[in-house]
Amino acid sequence: MKRREFLHYTGLGLGAGLLSQIPIIGKAVPLEAPWYTIDVAKKKELADVALNAARSKGATYTDVRIGRYLNQFIITREDKVENVVNTESYGIGIRVLANGSWGFASTDQMDKDSIARAAATAVAIAKENARLLTTPVQLAPQKGYGEVSWKTPIEKNAFDVPVKEKADLLLSVSDAAMKGGADYVGSFMFLVNEQKYFASSDGSYIDQDVHRIWPTFQITKIDKATGKFETRNALSSPRGMGYEYLIPRESDKIRGVTTLYRDRYDMLEDARQAGTQVGEKLKAKSVEPGKYDLVLDPSHLWLTIHESVGHPTELDRVLGYEANFAGTSFLTLDKWETKKFQFGSPLVNIVADKTQPGSLGAVGYDDEGVATQKWDLIKNGVLVNYQAIRDQAHIIGLNQSQGCCYSQSWSDVQFQRMANVSLQPGTASLTPAELIKNVERGIFIAGDGSFSIDQQRYNFQFGGQLFYEIKNGQIVGMLKDVAYQSNTQEFWNSCKAIADKRDYRLGGSFFDGKGQPSQVSAVSHGSATARFNGVNVINTARKI
Amino acid sequence: MPILTKEAAQALLKKVLAYSKADECEVSIFSGDSGNVRYARNEVSTSGANSKNMLVVSSAFGKKLGTATINEFDDASLEKVVRRAEELARLAPENPEYMPILGPQQYGEGSGGYNKDTAAVDPAFRADAVAKSLTITKQNKLVAAGYLENNMASSAMMNSKGLFAYNSSTDINFSITVRSEDGTGSGYASKAYNDVRKLDAAKETSIAAQKASGSKGAKAIEPGKYTVILEPAASIVLIEQLINNLDARSAEEGRSFLSKAGGKTKLGDKLMDDQVTIYSDPWHPDMPTSPYNNDGRPQEKITWIDKGVVKNMYYSRYWAQKDNVKAIPGPDGFIMEGGTASLEELIKSTEKGILVTRLWYIRPVDPQTLLFTGLTRDGTFYIENGVIKHPVKNFRFNESPVIMLNNVEALGRPERAVSGESNQSAILPPMKLRDFTFTSLSDAI
Repeated sequence: MKRREFLHYTGLGLGAGLLSQIPIIGKAVPLEAPWYTIDVAKKKELADVALNAARSKGATYTDVRIGRYLNQFIITREDKVENVVNTESYGIGIRVLANGSWGFASTDQMDKDSIARAAATAVAIAKENARLLTTPVQLAPQKGYGEVSWKTPIEKNAFDVPVKEKADLLLSVSDAAMKGGADYVGSFMFLVNEQKYFASSDGSYIDQDVHRIWPTFQITKIDKATGKFETRNALSSPRGMGYEYLIPRESDKIRGVTTLYRDRYDMLEDARQAGTQVGEKLKAKSVEPGKYDLVLDPSHLWLTIHESVGHPTELDRVLGYEANFAGTSFLTLDKWETKKFQFGSPLVNIVADKTQPGSLGAVGYDDEGVATQKWDLIKNGVLVNYQAIRDQAHIIGLNQSQGCCYSQSWSDVQFQRMANVSLQPGTASLTPAELIKNVERGIFIAGDGSFSIDQQRYNFQFGGQLFYEIKNGQIVGMLKDVAYQSNTQEFWNSCKAIADKRDYRLGGSFFDGKGQPSQVSAVSHGSATARFNGVNVINTARKI
Repeated sequence: MPILTKEAAQALLKKVLAYSKADECEVSIFSGDSGNVRYARNEVSTSGANSKNMLVVSSAFGKKLGTATINEFDDASLEKVVRRAEELARLAPENPEYMPILGPQQYGEGSGGYNKDTAAVDPAFRADAVAKSLTITKQNKLVAAGYLENNMASSAMMNSKGLFAYNSSTDINFSITVRSEDGTGSGYASKAYNDVRKLDAAKETSIAAQKASGSKGAKAIEPGKYTVILEPAASIVLIEQLINNLDARSAEEGRSFLSKAGGKTKLGDKLMDDQVTIYSDPWHPDMPTSPYNNDGRPQEKITWIDKGVVKNMYYSRYWAQKDNVKAIPGPDGFIMEGGTASLEELIKSTEKGILVTRLWYIRPVDPQTLLFTGLTRDGTFYIENGVIKHPVKNFRFNESPVIMLNNVEALGRPERAVSGESNQSAILPPMKLRDFTFTSLSDAI
């Protein structure tokens, strides 16, 4: 199904601007359907049908993923609730190795015959592909865990919160932003629950219950006299949390030129500020292009980390598996093998972590049944590792997977996806205010905006939501038309200061895209505010 | 499983509507079957098959709307999905912008997008195509990464006011990136057709291979404003953004590149060069699309840009009623007129310029001017005195399709291309443009 058809079917057409990357899976279920999970014993029984059927057809390895995926979208536009949509998707995906090749098939017909047929199809596809095989798949060994389970440690299940309460919050957001001066407000709340059951011929039966939440808005203000307009998006983050993320807590607010948020988000306060700030943006000074010291808030820096560190350290890109679409990587194996490749300044320590509480990527086990972990990617500025899964681990001398395999649905095949990749905070005591104090000519950027990077992850350009000019250690006013361009290695080597752990926060994306057919994945990136010296800033204003 | 025929879809939808107790009820069905194979490092990496059906029921009581879907079609499930939609409608808040469903519409004949040979594509066909492609890259000591996907689908809708619409289609979509073994050269080719017989995977592989070999040893030249020749697979990613932004409501609300001071719009204004004419046509023989849109409105041949003038915008039914104008729906795909010159002839006529195979990672920078950024990729070459002199390093650009289409030097012969960003097809010419804005160099190959 094409995305626009999904948007139509779910009635999302009108509010689709903010929702352009919603994955197109799922069917609608009743609005107030009770939240429930499928019985584990039932899932084990079905999984065993697939495992046995695949083995009998000649599979040498099989894994089975039974998934029930629930989404809820609540969409408002100014003072109207545009739509409330529940979707549910339930089915099974079966991946096999036969004659040294991978095969995959999926079905939403959950009777035993249909499951056995899908297993047979997967084996048949593997054997067809084996005709073209020159190097058989080499899987890193993985012990079976037996019957285990894992749950996102949520405090309040967002699916249990009445729809009216959630819709009322979004309507209050519109009201707050419009009182602040906005002309248009689009808001949405997006809830995800992945109920995933994994079983493999290694002897694992893993039941997981994964929750994510993303509240956000975009407000617009028009200057009718000039015909100009500006927007300001929410400074929230998508999180691997329950509804508690939306219960404000003063200790999670960082007051400054704009309020920023740690592990609790005050959507109303952000909307009030956004309503005022979008008016300031219309009147802001257009940036003078040139070199600036950039002070990047975690609400912005997460996206730069995602594009310039997360992606080039994915081993499938390094090896060429994404060459036709998402691209390859400049972090080639020869650079890693030297153990001296200076990716960034010695201050730069970056980790991959699939265990971090509250993050989007946190799970107990990945989608090929490997317990998750945390590992170094960049140590004191030097490239030390990649992100690899079971059929790649041997290439970088590992005897086990790093546990970062994921599929967006039971209906898609799993493959290597980005772990949470985060910049570690500085070890010396340093606040963002102290960091700004030492900047002579700079720009403080908060919130993520436009983003683009080349297919090997060298050259990038980023915008933002809020830009503040820094002169002689002071924020002196707002700027607009700002984007910075740099080269990944130059940029990370220009990192000259990182605030300490008190300022560490998570940003992230629900919709990291990779693969053909394309799949999305949710991933978080943490950092503290950091300073980058002498970065090239361009002015993006044009006339048409 | 085979897709639904018109008769089968009609019978099923009638049965569903018979269960409705709502003021208004509209039912759609989508039935699709697809297969794919992906390869990289000269080997198949993943492949799969997918069959999906979805029945969608929208029920309304007054201005309260509910939607539910299901993929089981026994009588009990059909009744259940109708009851669910009605339950949702009763719970839903009233939407002041709800529009009553349409009555019967006149649609043009089926647009001919279904091809039985494409519908018959199977895993063996896909593996054979990959084998042909790999033979070329292995013989030339090059490395292929490619993707072949075939789809067949039917869709139908019916409502309680007597509207019925049906369409079926097939397509095959192939793309390949060929790289040199040492990673210093890269080339790309892609094609999409409704009719599989038009696809020549070996020919496309050869084009990509030639570009990969030819792009080794790229030289850096200073970023700046250059005359460029954009191949259709390059320009499509920017021009589709122009088409995606022709919404009347955004323009009238003041938040579009089509908005003007004083709450006016640029409808009727000349924004681009005289040579620029863009239209949509569901019956175009090289790119047939659905004769109806998602809410049942008939699709017609519509001119969007006529000799550089913004001729039409598209409307939701609500906004069109508010404006008291015809509710023209947004198009499926577009066709840009061109000339008769081949790509080679455009190159021959160029004193100094840059040939671009593909543009990548396109993201909006400023919606006010429709400014986008992105990069060249997989085959960028310097032209001097009518010949390709040498490959050049890739560039980042910051450019607006509006500005770019105001700087047209010449247009070549239009052909069907597929967007590497959206996967959607369009028909458009290779184009020679002056003053295209490259803002920095990229080391990516």
